[in-house]
Amino acid sequence: MSRRAPLSENKKAERKLGWLLCAPAALVMVLVTAYPIIYSVWLSLQRFDLRFPDERKFIGLDNYVTVLSNEFWWTAFGVTMLITVVTVAVELALGMGLALVMHRTLVGRGIVRTAALIPYGIVTVVAAFSWRYAWTPGTGYLANLFDGSAPLTERASSLAIIMLAEIWKTTPFMALLLMAGLALVPEDLLKAASTDGATAWQRFTKVMLPVMKPAILVALLFRTLDAFRVFDNIFVLTNGGNETSSVSMLAYNNLIRGLNLGIGSTMSVLIFITVAIIAFVFVKLFGTAAPGSDDGERR
Amino acid sequence: MADTTTRAKLRWGLIDVIVVVFALVPVLWIASLSFKTPATLTDGKFWPREWTLDNYKSIFDTDQFVRALVNSIGIALIATLIAVVLGAMAAYAISRLDFPGKRLLVGVSLLIAMFPQVSLVSPLFEIERQLGLFDTWPGLILPYITFALPLAIYTLSAFFKQIPWDLEKAAKMDGATQAQAFRRVIAPLAAPGLFTTAILVFIFCWNDFLFAITLTSTERARTVPVALSFFTGESQFEDPTGAICAAAVVITIPIILFVLFFQRRIVSGLTSGAVKG
Repeated sequence: MSRRAPLSENKKAERKLGWLLCAPAALVMVLVTAYPIIYSVWLSLQRFDLRFPDERKFIGLDNYVTVLSNEFWWTAFGVTMLITVVTVAVELALGMGLALVMHRTLVGRGIVRTAALIPYGIVTVVAAFSWRYAWTPGTGYLANLFDGSAPLTERASSLAIIMLAEIWKTTPFMALLLMAGLALVPEDLLKAASTDGATAWQRFTKVMLPVMKPAILVALLFRTLDAFRVFDNIFVLTNGGNETSSVSMLAYNNLIRGLNLGIGSTMSVLIFITVAIIAFVFVKLFGTAAPGSDDGERR
Repeated sequence: MADTTTRAKLRWGLIDVIVVVFALVPVLWIASLSFKTPATLTDGKFWPREWTLDNYKSIFDTDQFVRALVNSIGIALIATLIAVVLGAMAAYAISRLDFPGKRLLVGVSLLIAMFPQVSLVSPLFEIERQLGLFDTWPGLILPYITFALPLAIYTLSAFFKQIPWDLEKAAKMDGATQAQAFRRVIAPLAAPGLFTTAILVFIFCWNDFLFAITLTSTERARTVPVALSFFTGESQFEDPTGAICAAAVVITIPIILFVLFFQRRIVSGLTSGAVKG
């Protein structure tokens, strides 16, 4: 049948039903994200401070100049990048270990999986408070390790604790995504490699990793973008003190504490662009293995 | 041979214990703090020496916490319901029907799953103020639905693809009406997937802090995670630690129950979306 042939009634009805069913979801998703982000570009080109609404004025790219020449922005940017890189790297290693345990353990598989889901499900703010009190001198069981000094009042130790809290919370998610890839590794292949005399490490790098590559990339991409948004843990643990603010914290502070919509929106746009670049680089570097490119198989 | 398997089992058992301890210690710690008396709160011991329920009594006596709890439950339930219904409609279309624009929808969902939520904070704050949605339930429900939809669509279409839809035809051939075929055959098969998705979406809404703290300003719509971060003692001389920990434990209970009873489903929901997506 040629593609030009008029659609049968059935086919037409199917199309219409498809659109009808998808329309509400598509509409909500686009309305709540696309419109605000465009509006945010418009706001970022204005001087717009809610404390002085009368001084609202179109000022072109001045806000971008202000933000990009501001050292607080670059400090926050550096902090965010550091947290992203370190946590994702550690989580990949730990997550792989946890995935192997959840997949292969001979005893108590259910218990391990249940336990691992708790950090995933728990409210981040709750976990953050737990870590905060654990490191509070006098109160906490961990604070004594530091001889009574207060690790959350110093920059390096604060950042380490923020990363610890992030890693504890999100490693299980990483592990679950990796486990999905692990389930695709054919058991016979591992056995064959084993009989051929491959060591455990060789089986891991030569047999398992290649099969798992797509799952690893999906996990890395999602976790990287997620880590870049770090906010809850910093808010509770240090409230951004001692130069531990992430870009999200900074945007929040400018908006809610500073009530400066112009600057806040400028930061929103800059964060959006950064995330878009990270996603783009991932897709470019890893080409067809990246998610989104295999949508065709999803039907 | 038997000896090596025992040793292997012991080794795995030891690793299991380490994983479980790591996962549970922070949760046990905050629970322990919530049961400590004010006098022993700062003793630095992991287990309480004196147990008390006063912290729990005190939070349920304050409007601050009870209102926030009602907000949290109401907002998360409504957002979950809407997201699962809209997500199921879209997922059904994606897994069963052929129509142009399908791949676009899948692509858009993927983009939204990666969208930096903090970028929406400033514009949504201003838009919601103008529309009168700021500091209301719908003002939070709307962004929650939006960011829950990709999760719902992915998980549900993975589930829907596993349903043997031919059974529907078979039932109709055996004389069942369309409605009967759906109710007796398809609905029971789809229910576990819908339920699993609802749990995942609920956890997501229950967890949110960023939208809740930027799009609310009073007890009208403030959810528990935000209320927690604003907790102060009843007087300025009172340490809020015990109250914060008790409130933290209360909002952790539903998560623990989900995980305990539906571990298998949550794992399969999270991994099925990942492999096929």
